[in-house]
Amino acid sequence: MDLNPLFHPKSMAVIGISLSNDRHPANVIYDKINLRYPVKVFPVNPKGGQLHRNQVYKDITEIPEPIDLAVIAARSTYVPAIVRGCIEKKVGGATIISGGFAEVGRQDLQAEIVSMARAAEFPFIGPNCLGIYAPDRFDTFFLPGQRLIRPESGNVAVISQSGGVLVDQMVKFKAQGIGLSIGVSIGNKALIREIDLLEYLAQDPGTRVIAFYVEGFGQGEGRTFVKAAHQCPKPVIVLKAGKSAAGSRAASSHTASLAGDYTVFSQVLAQHCIAEAKSEYELLAFCEALSCYQDTIDGRIGIITASGGHGVLAVDILSAHGLEVSPLSQSAQKDIYNRLTPSVQPIASVGNPVDLTGSAADEDFIGAAIAMSRTSEIECILLLILPYSPSLSPELGARLSQIYQTEKKPMAAYVPHEDKYRMLIEGFELNNIPVSDSVEGAALMVEALRRCQPC
Amino acid sequence: MLTDAMTTILAAAGETGWVLEPDAKRILDLAGIPIPNFILAATVDDALRAAGKIGYPVATKIVSPAILHKTEFDGVALGLKTDEALKAVFDRFKRFDQFKGVLVEEMVAGVELIVGAKIDYQFGPVVLLGIGGIGVELYGDTTVRMAPVSAQDVRSMVHQLKGRRLLEGFRGSDPVDMKSLSDLVVRFSELIMDLEARITSIDLNPVMCSSEGCIVADARIILSENT
Repeated sequence: MDLNPLFHPKSMAVIGISLSNDRHPANVIYDKINLRYPVKVFPVNPKGGQLHRNQVYKDITEIPEPIDLAVIAARSTYVPAIVRGCIEKKVGGATIISGGFAEVGRQDLQAEIVSMARAAEFPFIGPNCLGIYAPDRFDTFFLPGQRLIRPESGNVAVISQSGGVLVDQMVKFKAQGIGLSIGVSIGNKALIREIDLLEYLAQDPGTRVIAFYVEGFGQGEGRTFVKAAHQCPKPVIVLKAGKSAAGSRAASSHTASLAGDYTVFSQVLAQHCIAEAKSEYELLAFCEALSCYQDTIDGRIGIITASGGHGVLAVDILSAHGLEVSPLSQSAQKDIYNRLTPSVQPIASVGNPVDLTGSAADEDFIGAAIAMSRTSEIECILLLILPYSPSLSPELGARLSQIYQTEKKPMAAYVPHEDKYRMLIEGFELNNIPVSDSVEGAALMVEALRRCQPC
Repeated sequence: MLTDAMTTILAAAGETGWVLEPDAKRILDLAGIPIPNFILAATVDDALRAAGKIGYPVATKIVSPAILHKTEFDGVALGLKTDEALKAVFDRFKRFDQFKGVLVEEMVAGVELIVGAKIDYQFGPVVLLGIGGIGVELYGDTTVRMAPVSAQDVRSMVHQLKGRRLLEGFRGSDPVDMKSLSDLVVRFSELIMDLEARITSIDLNPVMCSSEGCIVADARIILSENT
């Protein structure tokens, strides 16, 4: 099946338009595409007539132009006939927003559209979903544009079984400055499932990271998914909901009792180098970090800080996540020392964490970052930057980013997110270095890089 | 590949829902997984002859389709050194419901591990490795991988165990033979790929591991309902 028309439509039809209710989901979708996106759109309702002076087509087959994507928002009992019409018209694919299928016991209706679509190789998303959000290109969400928080266009794809969770992640992406390549709410995932989107997005030049919110896979489907994710050259992140076993069944063997559903899920992900985000908060940090760095590390971390306390806090968090913050060799310490300014040399500690103290200037951070970038003892640098220090400049973010561009050693930074530090933060973000507003968030960004099981 | 001999054993166990220990061990043996020398004795005289052949001390276990968890029924007696002790145990075991015989087996020693399998709904056959023995569920020190696994997977599984120092030579004991452990887990993971349609789970518990190697001291195969 060719999924391209689903994600790159030039023309769309919205089926199920109301002629009297502007807040009907189909109308909301039609209006936003018509007014805001560079896509040609046609309204469809069996009654025909006019909507805001545009002709309403009685049937999709009456539209005089080819249609790439149909958005179906009609009552579920009408959907099989609509899908048949789309297939007849040779529409590229559909997003079926309507509910009223397997989720309410109408497995028969769902099976009917699936078998038609499969026979005709007609791809559709849903039913019972929000569909697709492609920043600046188009979306099929029935949420009015003025209500939505719209993230920038970027390179992270989010695939979600829940539409609500996807919309919420978009809010958080916007706040954190993470760019979205595409967001897909797959609802009942009757035809197009996680594995299909994984395979499609693995080839999509606009996507560098693929994140999934998963409630569960079908029988044996998890196996296919993790194998494909392991082969995928792009980092894959999974947030699994429903971790507590639904009613612990009495198990007849120790293994069945010890290897519960979530235990297996979690460990099998790690076995296949899939980053498991344990919470929405981790998902966000992982998306941001992996959109910048695609290579994995074993977990040897160097810390550069302007405050001893922050260094200790970061060590605690990193250790709790199984990462290593080991003292540097004498030669590496000497290299750092030699690169520090004369006033900081006598008061800094250069073990690891490297504590440059509150007297640190930009040059001290830069010197320590260059030295750490050049030792193989460290795979990733965690920068803890307290902009209150008198000698740190707003240019520090951009200057440290330059070191990454030259040395190619990944780094993540903590900078308090206050408006007056905006230039420092953007100096990192705009140069593709992930920044968090908390020490823990920055530590999670570092953890994201270690996606594979240690051995 | 399942051999005809394995298929025959599994088919015979179908009604019980699980495979009796001696039969489970025969399947493992056929798959190249190390098991201790054992003889299934139906009478006291058989048992005494078996002990003579294997050599004291011996381990003895009740074999009955009514008893899935033997230790919970006091159906295991270890380290028997004399004919008298063996006779006494045999007399006690033969009163168990659906008595099929007594397993007389050479004693094996080492660190007690569990190697297990489960057919997971989402991921199919998975293999489990952990600290075994009767406290296995108490400690819950186990790790899981999708089968089949490689030697590298087994290394990472061992690395993940809190009790891994027990295997690396703890308090003066010799480290266990990691090659033997790795071979056992890898072979077992391949076996369960072939058994996927027939089983729901397997416990090899304990697997005794020492510097001499690893050997399966007890095995329980739970069959799927359609077998």
